[in-house]
Amino acid sequence: MESILSVTFIVGVLSAMLRIATPLILGTIGELFNERAGILNLGIEGIVTFGAMSAFIITLFTGNAYLGILVAMVCGILLSLLMGFLTVTLRLDQDVCGLGLLFLASGLSYFIYRLAVGIQPVPPTIQNFSLLQIPLLSNIPYLGEILFKQYSLFYIAILLIPLSQFILYKTHFGLNIRSCGENPAAADTMGVNVTRTRYQSLAIGGALFGLAGAYFTVFQMNIFIFGMVAGRGIVCIALVVFGNWKPVKCFLGALLFAFIDAFQLRLQHIGLQVPYQFFLLLPYLFTVIVLVLAARGAVYPQALLKPYSRED
Amino acid sequence: MLLPVIALIAAFVIGSILISVSGANAWDAYLLLIEGAVGSPFALFETFIKMTPLCLTGLAVAIAFKANFWNIGAEGQLYFAALVAALLGIVPGLPAFIHIPIIIIGGFIAGGLWAMLPAFLKVRFRVDDVVTTLMLNYVMIFAIQGILDGYWRDKASGWPHSPEVLLTARYPQLLPESRFHLGFFVAIICAVLVYLLLRYTTLGYRLRATGLNPKAAAFGGINVKKTILIVAFISGGLAGLAGVGEVIGMQYYLVDGISRSYGYAGIAVALLANLNPLGVIFSSFFFAAIFTGSQMMSRYTGVPVYFSDFMQGLTLIVMLIALLFSKYSVRIRRS
Repeated sequence: MESILSVTFIVGVLSAMLRIATPLILGTIGELFNERAGILNLGIEGIVTFGAMSAFIITLFTGNAYLGILVAMVCGILLSLLMGFLTVTLRLDQDVCGLGLLFLASGLSYFIYRLAVGIQPVPPTIQNFSLLQIPLLSNIPYLGEILFKQYSLFYIAILLIPLSQFILYKTHFGLNIRSCGENPAAADTMGVNVTRTRYQSLAIGGALFGLAGAYFTVFQMNIFIFGMVAGRGIVCIALVVFGNWKPVKCFLGALLFAFIDAFQLRLQHIGLQVPYQFFLLLPYLFTVIVLVLAARGAVYPQALLKPYSRED
Repeated sequence: MLLPVIALIAAFVIGSILISVSGANAWDAYLLLIEGAVGSPFALFETFIKMTPLCLTGLAVAIAFKANFWNIGAEGQLYFAALVAALLGIVPGLPAFIHIPIIIIGGFIAGGLWAMLPAFLKVRFRVDDVVTTLMLNYVMIFAIQGILDGYWRDKASGWPHSPEVLLTARYPQLLPESRFHLGFFVAIICAVLVYLLLRYTTLGYRLRATGLNPKAAAFGGINVKKTILIVAFISGGLAGLAGVGEVIGMQYYLVDGISRSYGYAGIAVALLANLNPLGVIFSSFFFAAIFTGSQMMSRYTGVPVYFSDFMQGLTLIVMLIALLFSKYSVRIRRS
């Protein structure tokens, strides 16, 4: 039995944590952009699934994983624009539309996968990206193993945090987004095109959701599995609340969730006499607990869930 | 009544594009779907069997949504009740007329309590119910997989499922050589009861008021928090009865995958019925028909069975759009 306190165990948990955190960071930042503009996008779970499927299928048939990622992002944008059409243009209920999009996109993902691949005894695989070993830095003991032997998308996700912080707080566009989420009527008076801004932030979110989906199939794994997203899209929504709609805190939330997940994965392998499923449920239970803790100080964007129209 | 029909027609027209893309003739495919769903007595009763849990989860979602409690957790509530039903079902020495009601009540309470947890978090800590109910599905399903895998594994075969429930614990089968069981009528009775509850009781009034405008309801003297907790209990209980039916009416034991996402499908069922309990009877029949019919359609045309999953989401969205038009027509009339 491997000791929990051994260095290899800790290094293993921490490097797995960053691998697990990558799609959560992407999804959480994407959802953050949506919610900051006033749209709660429950469809995220379905869009991520669709991203995973489309990246896989394109890579399988063309052999070009970059094209797969691109298509996943474009599909993410298109599905998010559908969400925009329903909730921004038609001003329908965001909760119900999000759920509809969730079922629509995941059902469509399975449908297309089955249509393209058929029923095969062994599921087809693709050549996925391997871990990027940054020269020199990856040789640093322990730290190199954790920080500098990750997938390239991890570094992009990390860069997104200061970038989104900058966009939201230091640019005109970011101010527009935030004002649409807080007080769209006032934003409108100031000449902000609320509809366009909400569509734009939905598109940004959609691209990130697609990218998060692609991470599952063309980075972390090399196959597409039904139900592989397993609620992580919805976890991103919880992480936005945990992060109080601020990029850095959202990132910390993603790390915390990923840590629990990485820890339970490792615990499964140290030979405890407990069914491994009891460990699998821990991250989800943790999400509920974290939401309770975060609820007290949560400052929701004032216009979240509220459609905007000049008539009201 | 007209709206759901228009929504369905629109959904099928859009669905036909998907079928054409898969290389089949949409008309032929739909005929096969109908034949597979209602084309023979056997097919019809298979549809009724599928309809039973869908009707109950649809009611669970309908009553919860009506009170603005966003219960996406019917799947977990169903599983918890199924676990309790499997446990109660192996208690020996009870005659059937006592054993079955005990299981029904036990399952209802189990599902109800599991739904009250997120409702409590919602009213006490203002925690978003969509996320918690969904997260708790994963918690419950993994817990049950763990129990089945770790402690309930079948001694002889090694297959992870619970012991078979006793003969006294089973819903009677109502037809020879068919799996059609009493649970079907339990579901229909529940639909009528929920309808009466919403329509003619003070609780129903409080519930509708809470859903329409919680602030106004509270101002009018309604205890909104208590109402939401009660609604959650009833909602979870109804979802629980779906789990009970699958254990003591269909499988006779608890196994992973006993619910084919009935809890989630309940959302589409409830919304197609526009949250009307009697409408749920029809919309659950409709979705059950798509479920069973798409199997046959898939066998003969190669259109993937996930067509039914797609239709769930599509119907939901199309129904919302249809409702929008009805609102507009009201607005036009007013002005």
